Amino acid sequence: MALYSEKVMDHFRNPRNVGVIENADGVGEVGNPVCGDIMKIYLKIDNDVVTDVKFETFGCGSAIASSSMATELIKGKPVSEVLQLTNKAVVEALDGLPAHKLHCSVLAEEAIKKALKDYYDKNGIEYDRSLFPDCDGCEHCCGQ
Amino acid sequence: MIYADNASTTKMSITAINAMLPYFDNIYGNPSSLYAFGQEAKEALEDCRARVAACLNCEPREITFTSGGSEADNQAIISAARFGAKKGKKHIISTAFEHHAVLHTLKALEKEGFEITLLDVHTTGLVTPEQVRDAIRDDTCLVTIMFANNEIGTVEPIKEIAEVCREKKVVFHTDAVQAVGHVKVDVQEQNIDMLSISAHKFHGPKGVGVLYAKKGIPLTSVINGGAQERGKRAGTENIAGIAGMTAALEEACKNIDENAAKTIPLRDRLIAGLDKIPYGELNGTLEKRLPGNVNFCFEGIEGESLLLLLDDKGVCASSGSACTSGSLDPSHVLLAIGRPHEVAHGSLRLTINEEFTEKDIDYIIEAVTDVVTYLRNMSPFWRDLVNGARPHVFAK
Repeated sequence: MALYSEKVMDHFRNPRNVGVIENADGVGEVGNPVCGDIMKIYLKIDNDVVTDVKFETFGCGSAIASSSMATELIKGKPVSEVLQLTNKAVVEALDGLPAHKLHCSVLAEEAIKKALKDYYDKNGIEYDRSLFPDCDGCEHCCGQ
Repeated sequence: MIYADNASTTKMSITAINAMLPYFDNIYGNPSSLYAFGQEAKEALEDCRARVAACLNCEPREITFTSGGSEADNQAIISAARFGAKKGKKHIISTAFEHHAVLHTLKALEKEGFEITLLDVHTTGLVTPEQVRDAIRDDTCLVTIMFANNEIGTVEPIKEIAEVCREKKVVFHTDAVQAVGHVKVDVQEQNIDMLSISAHKFHGPKGVGVLYAKKGIPLTSVINGGAQERGKRAGTENIAGIAGMTAALEEACKNIDENAAKTIPLRDRLIAGLDKIPYGELNGTLEKRLPGNVNFCFEGIEGESLLLLLDDKGVCASSGSACTSGSLDPSHVLLAIGRPHEVAHGSLRLTINEEFTEKDIDYIIEAVTDVVTYLRNMSPFWRDLVNGARPHVFAK
């Protein structure tokens, strides 16, 4: 049996929404080079809807596939819905990830939330802080 | 497909396959049986022992057949430790970049009260005889240093290290799994007391290996049971495997110079090609290196995605990234030669042999260059390196 599902390999080989959005409304970056994965999400938001999303990822196959799938799941969705995105939804959409790769889906969820938080902060919009875990410690990562 | 992972395992040679076949159906007797049919197998076993001994330049009774390199490493280290402990010596010297078969065995002994010194291997991936001399104490019972490293292919000055050990009367073991059949190994000329071999690294079968132990060094059994292998390794002998290994070893040793002469220029062509990729560097010294080993670190990318995309292009390779090692940290070998985590995650090992062509090499260079460029273009880490937000590790 292969390491990854066909869905994961498809999103890894043909990642959707790779790139950068200049003057993005929200940008979120999580992970660090020491751990071996960094995800960066760029959001374009018009009238509370994510009209465009791009990502850049440094990481393994499942990190790239998780980023790609996560962007697909939130593209065109209202911000209120994007806020509900969980890593579990990313994993299910990818037809599963190996247990030791689940943290890649967590990074994708956190990167999107961090980008949303950036959007709120930039625009002075009030929000429920409990919805945004503090990612700076990056607890999923290796000891530095 | 281009199989460039020969340090992981090799294709069996036809000679080795043919040498095994009689022992599956015609000569399937148990060497421990009294009747002639069993004794025929026993004769074959002892013939193999003599031929393996001839390849290593030792006596047949100094050869113990094992299930492979890991078992040989375990038994060598445990035997030398028990032998030392009887005389009150419980200090062992090794290096930081040994195979886990050695490091984990040492870790277990440390829990039993042994003291372990791991020598620095420098950025070159080489340890010096002087380091060994300085580290030896009155209570040192064993020095165990690999002949050649499995990841970066550096070949240690074994003869000179072993000479220091002989002079200081300390048992010297070497994990020669990557070396035997690829570089010259002669236990007498090189002063080696104990040595581990694995057959599948030189076109022999998997699941069989050798522990050489100089006479006078008592072996401790790690597989207990019957009296096979003079009571030092229980279990009915893997005659077919041993016959295949013996044939493969003879073939590899006979052709060692010829194979190296073919492989080294190909290796150097591959190194020169990959060196053109910016912000990448060869791991381990070029001068003292196995004929078929190439190992690079590239900034800004991660090894697993590199391997998956190379696989799509038909190239089988390996990496020391955390994601491929199954742990959170990248390869201990790359960390031991001073590579920081962030570039150790972007490592690539290609291990070739004499059957490669220049066309294969050029194809690999093109494939690696394309994949590294592609992955860097989607890497926020690479973007930070390019625009100066993070410092480069390599000068160019």
